[in-house]
Amino acid sequence: MKYLDWNFITKYAPLYAEAAKLTVFIAFWGILLAFAVGVICSAALYYKVPVLRRIIQAYIELSRNTPLLVQLFFLYFGLPNIGIVWSGETCAIIGIAFLGGSYMTETLRSGLESIDKIQEESAASLGLNKWLTMKEIIFPQAMAISVPGICANVIFLIKETSVVSGIALADLMYVAKDLIGLYYKTDESLTMLVIAYLIILLPVSIIATLLERRMRHAGFGN
Amino acid sequence: MQGSGIEVLFLGSNFARLLEGLWVTMRISILAVVMSVPLGILFGLFMTLQNPIAKAVSRVYLEFIRIMPQLVLLFIAYFGVTRAFGWNWDAEFSAVLVFTLWGTAEMGDLVRGALKSIPQHQYDSAQALGMSRMQTFGYIIIPQTLRRLLPPTINLTTRMIKTTSLVVLIGITEVLKVGKQIIDVNRFRYPTASLWVYGAVFILYFLACWPVSVLAKYLEKRWR
Amino acid sequence: MAQQNHNMLEVSGLKKRFGDDIVLDGVDLTVSRGEVVVILGSSGCGKSTLLRCINGLESVDEGSIRIDGEEVAVGSRSLTRLRQKIGMVFQSYDLFPHKNILDNITLAPVKVQKRSKQEARAQAEQLLRRVGLWEKRKAYPRELSGGQKQRVAIVRALCLNPEIMLFDEVTAALDPEMVREVLDVMLELAQGGMTMLIVTHEMQFARAVADRIVFLDEGKVLENLPAEEFFENPRTQRAKDFLQTFEFKKQ
Repeated sequence: MKYLDWNFITKYAPLYAEAAKLTVFIAFWGILLAFAVGVICSAALYYKVPVLRRIIQAYIELSRNTPLLVQLFFLYFGLPNIGIVWSGETCAIIGIAFLGGSYMTETLRSGLESIDKIQEESAASLGLNKWLTMKEIIFPQAMAISVPGICANVIFLIKETSVVSGIALADLMYVAKDLIGLYYKTDESLTMLVIAYLIILLPVSIIATLLERRMRHAGFGN
Repeated sequence: MQGSGIEVLFLGSNFARLLEGLWVTMRISILAVVMSVPLGILFGLFMTLQNPIAKAVSRVYLEFIRIMPQLVLLFIAYFGVTRAFGWNWDAEFSAVLVFTLWGTAEMGDLVRGALKSIPQHQYDSAQALGMSRMQTFGYIIIPQTLRRLLPPTINLTTRMIKTTSLVVLIGITEVLKVGKQIIDVNRFRYPTASLWVYGAVFILYFLACWPVSVLAKYLEKRWR
Repeated sequence: MAQQNHNMLEVSGLKKRFGDDIVLDGVDLTVSRGEVVVILGSSGCGKSTLLRCINGLESVDEGSIRIDGEEVAVGSRSLTRLRQKIGMVFQSYDLFPHKNILDNITLAPVKVQKRSKQEARAQAEQLLRRVGLWEKRKAYPRELSGGQKQRVAIVRALCLNPEIMLFDEVTAALDPEMVREVLDVMLELAQGGMTMLIVTHEMQFARAVADRIVFLDEGKVLENLPAEEFFENPRTQRAKDFLQTFEFKKQ
C-alpha cells in the first residue's frame, strides 16, 4: 500500500464524505418511499382488490424488468418534454422508490401469504374485524417473516444508487470518476471509492445478518 | 411533420441503430452468462468443500463481489486494472470480465443453496435402497438440484441484462449512448426527442427481460 | 330476559355446496340453553363445515342460522358482534405466535369488546388458573405443548364470555397422552352449564359429555337422539355401522 499517494487521499477524502452523504440521502428517502409503496401494494394484492391488483401487477413487471439507469434517463431527460421537470435528486429518489417498491411489494406479499389461513379465521371467530385482524395478527407476523427479504432489498437498493451519477448527480461514483479524469490518481480514487461503499454497506449487511439469525432462532413456529 | 415527435424514432436508420445499441449490452450479458454458469457450478461445488481455506477464500470472494455495487467493480476493472498493470483492456472486455466474475459469485451461491436444500433423508433413503454414492448423486441429487437451479439461473440472466446497462458509464456505445446521439442530432427539429427515445429504450429493455422473467416464473411454479 | 324463549342456536334447512359437492343438505338442528350437543359422523360428512357456517366463516347457500334469535349473515355488520356470543376452538392450534399467552387471551376483550386492560387481564388469569396454566401466562405459544395450547385456545374463547362454545375436533391433532387434559377442561365447562356444540371422534368422551347426539351422514341429519339412546340403540344402519368401527372384538 505504500505506493498510494496519502497526501492526495487526505486532500480529497472530504469530497468523498460529501458525496457519501448524497448517496445515503437518496438511498434513505428512496428506500423509505419504496417500503411505503410495498406496504400499500402488497396489502392490495393480499386482499385481491379488483382493478388495482392488475395495475400493481403491471407496475411490478415494468419495474422489475427495466434497469434503474434507463428509468432515470427517462425521468430526468425525457419527462421535461411534457412539462415535468424534477431535480436530479428528486428523480433519483423517485427512481429508487419505483424500482424498490416492486421488490418490497413482492417480499411483503409473500410474507403475508405465508401466514396460515387459520390465523385469520381464529381472529374472525374472536370478533376482530378486517382492519384489526390485519393490524394485530397478520401484518406483525408477515413483517417478521419478511425481515431477511427486506434487508436484502435495502442492500440491493443502496447499491443501485451508484447509477445516479448517470444523471449528473455528484455521488461517490461521480467523484471517483472526476478525480480519475482530472488527476490520473486512479488507485487512490478507486481505493477511497471502495472504502466509502464498505463504510456504508458493511454495517447494514452485518445488521441484516444478525436480524436474520435472530429470526431463524426465535422463529414463531407453533 | 410536426406531430408529437415520435417520428424521430423511425427517421432514417434510427430505430435500427437503437436495436444495435441494445444488442451490444445483450451480447455482453449473454457472454457473461454463458461463462458464469459453468464457472459458477464449479465455484458452488468449491464452496461446499469442508476445507477451511477453501471456505474462507470463497467467502471473501462472494462477500466482496456481493457487497460492492457492480458499477464500482466495473470502474476497478476498467480504470484501475488497466493502469496498475499497464494492460490496455478495452471497455467491452472489462465489462464481460466483471459481469462474469459477478455472475460466477451469484451462480455459485445458487448452486450451493440448491445442494444444501436437498434434505439429508434423500441421501439416506437412496443409500437405504442400496445405491452407491455415484448413483445417489446421478439419479437423486443432481436431477433435483437442476430443477431447483433452472428458474433462478434464468432470473440471473435478466438481472445480467439489466445490469449491463451500466456499461454506458464506462463509455461503451450501447443503446442509451446511441439514444443520446439521436437526441443530439435532432435537438432542433424534434425538441421532444428525448421523451420518445428514452421511452423507447425503456420499452426495449422491458421487451428483452420480461419474456425471460415470465419463463422463470412459469418453471418455478411448475417445478415446485 | 325477553330472549329467554329463543333457543340458543337454531339451524334450519341449511344447505352448503362447494362447487358440485353438496356438503350440507338441509340440516336442521336446535341447541337450547345449557345443552351439550355432540355431532358425530365419518370424516367428510360435513361436521366441520356446519360449525364454520354457524360462526359465519363460510357463507350459506340456503336455509338460516340463528344465534339467540339473531340471524348469522356473512359480511353483515352484526356478524362481528354476533361472533362475540360464539366461542370457537379449532383443530389446529390457532394461537397467535407473536403474542404471549395473556396477550393472546386479552386481545379481543380489549380491542373488540373495549373492556379495560386490567379487567380483561384479571379474568384471563382467573381462567388460566382454572385450566392449570397460570404459570405459563407470560410464555409464547411455541413454548407450550399441544394440549396446553388447546387449553389456552379454549380460555381465549371463554374470555369473551360467549353464550355458546363450538369445538371443532379440538383433540384430533394432539398426541394421545395430551387428549385427556383438554377433554377434562371441556367436561368441566359442560358441568358448569355452558351451551356447547362439539365435533369429536372421541366416543367415550362424547358419551360422557353429551346430552344429545346428532349423527350426520352425507350432509344430512340421520339421527338426533339423547346420548344414551344413541349409543345403546341407534335407529339407522349407518349409525350402527359407524359405531361398529370403534369396536374391536376378536373375530
